[in-house]
Amino acid sequence: MNFVIPAFAPAIPEMVLLAMASFILVADTFWSKRYQFATYYAVQATLLVVAYFIMTSFATSQVITFDGSFVRDSFADILKLFIILVSLGIFLFSKEYLLQQKFFSGEYFVLGLFGVLGMFVMVSAHNFITLYLGLEIMSLSMYAMIALRRDSSDAIESAMKYFVLGALATGILLYGFSMIYGATGSITLPEIAKIIDSGKADSVVLSFGVVFIVIGLAFKLGAVPFHMWMPDVYHGAPTAVTLYLGTAPKIAGFAILYRLLAEGMPGLVGDWQTLIIILSILSMIVSAFVAIVQENLKRMLAYSGIGHVGFLLLGILAANPDGYASAMFYSIVYAITGVAGFGMIIALSRTGNEFDKIADFKGLNARNPWLAFMMLIVMFSMAGIPPFIGFFAKVVVIEEVVKAGFTWIAIIAVITAVISAFYYLRVVKAMYFDKTEDETPLAPVSSQLNWAVSLVSIALLVLGLMPSSLIELSYQSIGIQ
Amino acid sequence: MLSSYPILSTLIWLPIIGGLLVLFAGRNNASAAKWLSLATVMLTFVLSLPLWFGFDTTTASMQFVEKVEWIPSFNIYYHLGVDGLSMPLVLLTTFTQVLVVASAWDVIKERVEQYMGAFLIMGGMMTGVFVALDSILFYVFWEALLIPMFIVIGKWGGPRRVYATLKFFLYTFFGSVFMLVSFLYMFYQSGSFSILDMHTMHLGMTAQTLIFLAFLIAFAVKIPMFPVHTWLPDAHVEAPTAGSVVLAAIMLKMGGYGFVRFSLPITPDASMALDWLVIGLSLIAIVYIGVIALVQNDMKKLVAYSSISHMGFVTLGMFVLYDILQNTGTLQGAQLGMEGAMVQMVSHGFISGAMFLAIGVLYDRMHTREISAYSGVVNKMPWFVMFAVLFAMANVGLPGTSGFVGEFMVILSSFKANLWYGTIAALTLIIGAAYTLWMVKRVFFGPITNENVENLQDLNKREFAIMATLAVAVVALGVYPGPLMEVMHTSVENLLIQATTSKL
Repeated sequence: MNFVIPAFAPAIPEMVLLAMASFILVADTFWSKRYQFATYYAVQATLLVVAYFIMTSFATSQVITFDGSFVRDSFADILKLFIILVSLGIFLFSKEYLLQQKFFSGEYFVLGLFGVLGMFVMVSAHNFITLYLGLEIMSLSMYAMIALRRDSSDAIESAMKYFVLGALATGILLYGFSMIYGATGSITLPEIAKIIDSGKADSVVLSFGVVFIVIGLAFKLGAVPFHMWMPDVYHGAPTAVTLYLGTAPKIAGFAILYRLLAEGMPGLVGDWQTLIIILSILSMIVSAFVAIVQENLKRMLAYSGIGHVGFLLLGILAANPDGYASAMFYSIVYAITGVAGFGMIIALSRTGNEFDKIADFKGLNARNPWLAFMMLIVMFSMAGIPPFIGFFAKVVVIEEVVKAGFTWIAIIAVITAVISAFYYLRVVKAMYFDKTEDETPLAPVSSQLNWAVSLVSIALLVLGLMPSSLIELSYQSIGIQ
Repeated sequence: MLSSYPILSTLIWLPIIGGLLVLFAGRNNASAAKWLSLATVMLTFVLSLPLWFGFDTTTASMQFVEKVEWIPSFNIYYHLGVDGLSMPLVLLTTFTQVLVVASAWDVIKERVEQYMGAFLIMGGMMTGVFVALDSILFYVFWEALLIPMFIVIGKWGGPRRVYATLKFFLYTFFGSVFMLVSFLYMFYQSGSFSILDMHTMHLGMTAQTLIFLAFLIAFAVKIPMFPVHTWLPDAHVEAPTAGSVVLAAIMLKMGGYGFVRFSLPITPDASMALDWLVIGLSLIAIVYIGVIALVQNDMKKLVAYSSISHMGFVTLGMFVLYDILQNTGTLQGAQLGMEGAMVQMVSHGFISGAMFLAIGVLYDRMHTREISAYSGVVNKMPWFVMFAVLFAMANVGLPGTSGFVGEFMVILSSFKANLWYGTIAALTLIIGAAYTLWMVKRVFFGPITNENVENLQDLNKREFAIMATLAVAVVALGVYPGPLMEVMHTSVENLLIQATTSKL
């Protein structure tokens, strides 16, 4: 038996990431004493370099390598580019936040970079093992990141919660994998699809496998009823880590959902579609009502994130390429909006005040009209009010649901959108209509943060006025239109 | 030709860009904000006049059309155009904008630039609603203008402003999402978001009924119709004067416009089958809301209820056409009703705007809107009372004012549809007269009982100019409504044909 050397070229971005992350991890211990920001700049530079590699070798057709375990296609490349874009933003905000909260450390960025590597592997996963590997690289980095702030009991508690529940979810997911493997005898996604279509596999075992896989994914994405960890973790984690948790992983989460359900098990659509419908509707409804009573903005955004997952699942449940494309568009928009939302909290926070309560935002318009206006854009975009991009994200997924013949789900979705508008409006109300209770002047916002947060917020408006390129990118990468 | 430059885009984007400029340039300079705003709205108004003079009254097709691809993968276009139904409303919008800026001149002291900026941006979006020919574009404008209105009511409103503005926002948002689902459903059926394509697409009866109901919710909330009218009195009472003016003069018209642009042409069969529903709700609005207006103690609330009652005429005039067609076999009488409804919309825009401005004049001086706080204002403010009584008379529907024309045409045509419709609608002449004149008597006449009234100053030049302009508009439209009707004639004819051609 000959050992064939696999083609390494498609995986160059991942290899660069891995090499650089390992190198920076070691180097950080040496240079962090002398040059505080060296790690930060090295990480950002790595991301840019990787983005450059992806763009110069942009995949026009599907390339499969490593014996069918790794795939490079335009879908993966586009998602990776957006993961990089979002991560660049995340690290920029995080740097300022960590400085301000006085626990700046290189580990945050190194772990973040490993997380990005995990997401890349997830996006390019073509069999169960790769997918699991990517998921775990990402999750382990995130557990550690949450616990970075060792003096905060909230953060440690969050990390523990996340770790235990995350491990449970992984277990469930693996159990599902093993069942599918047992039924089909394969771990490679397209082969599984083929065997399922041929009808040779035991359908009962397959159904059980699908149920476990969907539950595992729902845990990771935070869809109701597997969402309990999200508000606590978002709330307890330092804002910089919440920013990380709540944005880029969602893109990767969508990617594995797509790989597993659409590429691996299209033949079982009858089984998983119902599950996704239930998850989606429950997520939208629960988040709409529970978010209303939240007083903490991070918690509110966690519940709002659950609702966004519900909307994202709408595109998946349509179970056709257009639907997946709409969900992809939704996940990208959601990640960008998340950066703006949590970034705003970071921009306003200062030592000793996290600025993460809705009450903190009272009277912001009088104190800093520009940032108040930016926050207004973010809130209305999340609520799905035009002319911001959040509106088009919702329109596109709802359109796909209607097209798939589920008009009743579309109606539930829009009603929950109206209910959730209320809690976004509460933040706007606090900023514009209420008087501040906190007379200490706002800490000056560093110009870098000011620019960054304005740029992301204005992007929401500009993309909303010209959404066609982003929509088309999503639709083309799933391979239709 | 006049249509060689994108006049409609100018009317949308000039105020929006002007508004953004005001937001930034006027941050620490209130007078710059004011003058910049005034210049913008004046310029917009002047630039909107070519619409009237360059309008071709012989065709029902869209004019001044602009069409550019916007989101190709979903067949969404940036598609603008006006016909006889929308053109007068565009002019009403640009005209009202001037009054809005003028009315706030000395009154708003806090964050002038945000106030003016919000109104300018809103103005551009309102024009966008009336000229959009792509349903998604329409929806974008329709929804987006909730944002500045939300801020305006919540920030510069009265004591219960937060409650009122949240109610306003959520009611309207709730109404419109069903419209959005309808649009998406029709796109799925026909592959196009163009409103004109929707006019010609085929739809089964079930689909039509559901779409009609979805539209009804959206537009009924906006107009507002009984029983979803409750946000309006709250919003009106709490909104600052200019906010009330914009709400009453333009935003309410969007609901009426929605019926003629969407409901009647897109779902003609469902409109025919369910016309009793709209007519019934309209008659309830006309009579029941009129009676409610009678017992109000707050002037603004009274005018708000009177608005709902008058908008009942608009919906009544629009939906009597099926009964008339059945009774007489021709569309002649229906034409009268439909044109009456359209005239009523424009006229109500002037009158309600004027009423709210008049109340604003009093409120600025006395800081109360309680009817009982006033008496004998005429002794101190003769000029003001002259105008106010004129507007009150127009509200009642006195011949010679614009209020008369629309109401008379609608009542006449509803008699053709059904004797009872006509009789009940005509009751409003009594009820409307009762609540309006009773308020006039209590506020303007009688002895002076309050020392604050003793110190009232008559109109200043700015207020006089605003009032006089509106008075001219009200009387001119009342005496000589011919040109307005001529503009809409062909379009109304076309609409009636669309509304009576089955799509099954």
